[in-house]
Amino acid sequence: MSAAASNIAPARKRDLPIQQVLTLALLILLSAFFLMPVYMMVTNGLKTASEVSVDSMWTLPAHLGTGGFAGAWEKLAPSFRNSLVVAGTATVISCMIGSITGYVLSLWRIRWSNIISTLIIFGMFIPYQSIIIPLVFFAQKIGLYGTLAGLITVHVIYGQCINILIFGNYYKSIPRSLIEAARVDGANVLVVYWKIILPLSAPGFVVAAIFQFTNIWNDFLFGVTLVPNPSSQPITVALTNLSGNYSVDWNVVMAGAVIAALPTAVVYLVMGRFFVRGLVSGSVKS
Amino acid sequence: MSIPESVGIPDHYKSFKFSARRSFFWDKLAPVLIISPVIVTTLTFVYVFILLTVLISLSDWSAVNLAGRFSTPLLKNYSQLFANPRFQMDLRNTVIFTVMFLAGSVGLGLVLALLVDRQIRGKGLFRTIFLFPYAISFIVTGVAWRWIFNPETGINQLFNVLGINSALGAAGLDPFKPGWLTDPTVWPPLNEALSKIFPAAARLQFDIGVPVALIAVAIAASWQLAGFAMATFLAGLATIPTHIREAAQIDNASGWTHFSKITWPMLAPFTLINLVILGHVSLKIFDLVYAMSGPGPGFATDVPGIFVFEITFRALKYGVGAAGSLVMLLMVAVVVVPYLIRNMREDA
Repeated sequence: MSAAASNIAPARKRDLPIQQVLTLALLILLSAFFLMPVYMMVTNGLKTASEVSVDSMWTLPAHLGTGGFAGAWEKLAPSFRNSLVVAGTATVISCMIGSITGYVLSLWRIRWSNIISTLIIFGMFIPYQSIIIPLVFFAQKIGLYGTLAGLITVHVIYGQCINILIFGNYYKSIPRSLIEAARVDGANVLVVYWKIILPLSAPGFVVAAIFQFTNIWNDFLFGVTLVPNPSSQPITVALTNLSGNYSVDWNVVMAGAVIAALPTAVVYLVMGRFFVRGLVSGSVKS
Repeated sequence: MSIPESVGIPDHYKSFKFSARRSFFWDKLAPVLIISPVIVTTLTFVYVFILLTVLISLSDWSAVNLAGRFSTPLLKNYSQLFANPRFQMDLRNTVIFTVMFLAGSVGLGLVLALLVDRQIRGKGLFRTIFLFPYAISFIVTGVAWRWIFNPETGINQLFNVLGINSALGAAGLDPFKPGWLTDPTVWPPLNEALSKIFPAAARLQFDIGVPVALIAVAIAASWQLAGFAMATFLAGLATIPTHIREAAQIDNASGWTHFSKITWPMLAPFTLINLVILGHVSLKIFDLVYAMSGPGPGFATDVPGIFVFEITFRALKYGVGAAGSLVMLLMVAVVVVPYLIRNMREDA
């Protein structure tokens, strides 16, 4: 905006310098609070076992090295790989199913589609404790108990509840007239999806994929109840085992926490813009 | 009926020739077939499974009694559940935790949103920092804060480093050294006072008040989710039209008037979203407490999520566990269902 124009209609009143300084000071203080646990985890993870002691939690590591990371990686690598396989596979399958289902539910004229969507979306709010006993017995019956495939299946199924919300909200912005016009020309539901909807879907897929990946990576209850064997456990379960084991030095525990947080943290830092959009469309109706 | 060329059919679409034949299959059946897998799985894995949990909660079926039948009396598991002092404490903890956590996360989120929304350099960086905890798991948060709230080393040590305790000592005061997660105190001691008004309160098997250890959990949870509240509020602030802000500026409204007369009322729908979403998170909280403190000293940090998990998978009392989980579901439904129905009506 040019200076002349801003004289007539200031978009936002500029704060006084003193207000700016105060705001900035407050923001820096709050940032210190938000970064404090991150600082604590990283610095203590980088310390050696002899260096972590009761009085030195907030000091920097004395010398540069891998600290507890080597030990933590040795313990967590298998479960890290499990989580990567589960979250990666489940995210891809989940988003493909969610996309086409969300499209039909929100753009195709289906009777009671509103009620159906709401009933599906309700599934994302339930405490999973209220389905976990039948789920565990069901998984045992069909042989999916204790396997990565079982964990993937469960995440894909429960992931649809939030996918319907994210994809539904996204597709509602596409004008229905586009679909109607294609239908008049005789395009069927699959052709419309393939030729019109899918090419427009990339942002919806990114948002849903970030949401699914983060949710699945961070899941704990399904992991701890459906997979009793340590070799197939996801990283959240392995980390609690590491943390609850008092023979493990806590530089290793802190390094483990950093390792467990890393994938979703990287996704957030690289794709923050989409992350915010997913978060808002996951709760706010468009 | 022919569609004018200008309606906006994409070019890549025009080049395809479709048969104009419209069939029952493609028009009516195919769309239903496409959505049916998700409908069937959700129906089964959410609704049928909840129904099965209801049946389990009414039975005496357990790991050692696999031929269990309906229990007599039918609500035996529920009366056992509510008679259990631990579960009574869990309900107290849920209420207290929800109040502290909502005040912490929504209050802090509002402050963060208002600060970040100002014209200030580097606000993108601050927004990133504040939302960052939301991306990591409750388990990692719990593991980290468990050490921070370790009274021997964590944050109490930081008070020493920052010189707070030497300042207190110089002023002749005791050093500030809370026990955090290890503190079994419930404050204030209300039972005795209450029993003077309601004699029945003397028979209560738990202390009414705020379990001090729960404060530490609420701080960690607020740390994790204040960024979510901030993001929702920022979406709300973006909906306030600039001409309204300008009008207030021309009228020279003070900061507080501006906030209380314009910003706060216009943020109301977003405040409601935060209260519903974070409120339901609070009612079903499990992972964070599990990793941070578990049931805590004297069940000071126990919550229904932990109770149900332990009673089901450690004590193998499926009936009582199922009953507890349905109490959780009911609490969540009371918060979430009206919100979902309202959204559905607005959509229709």
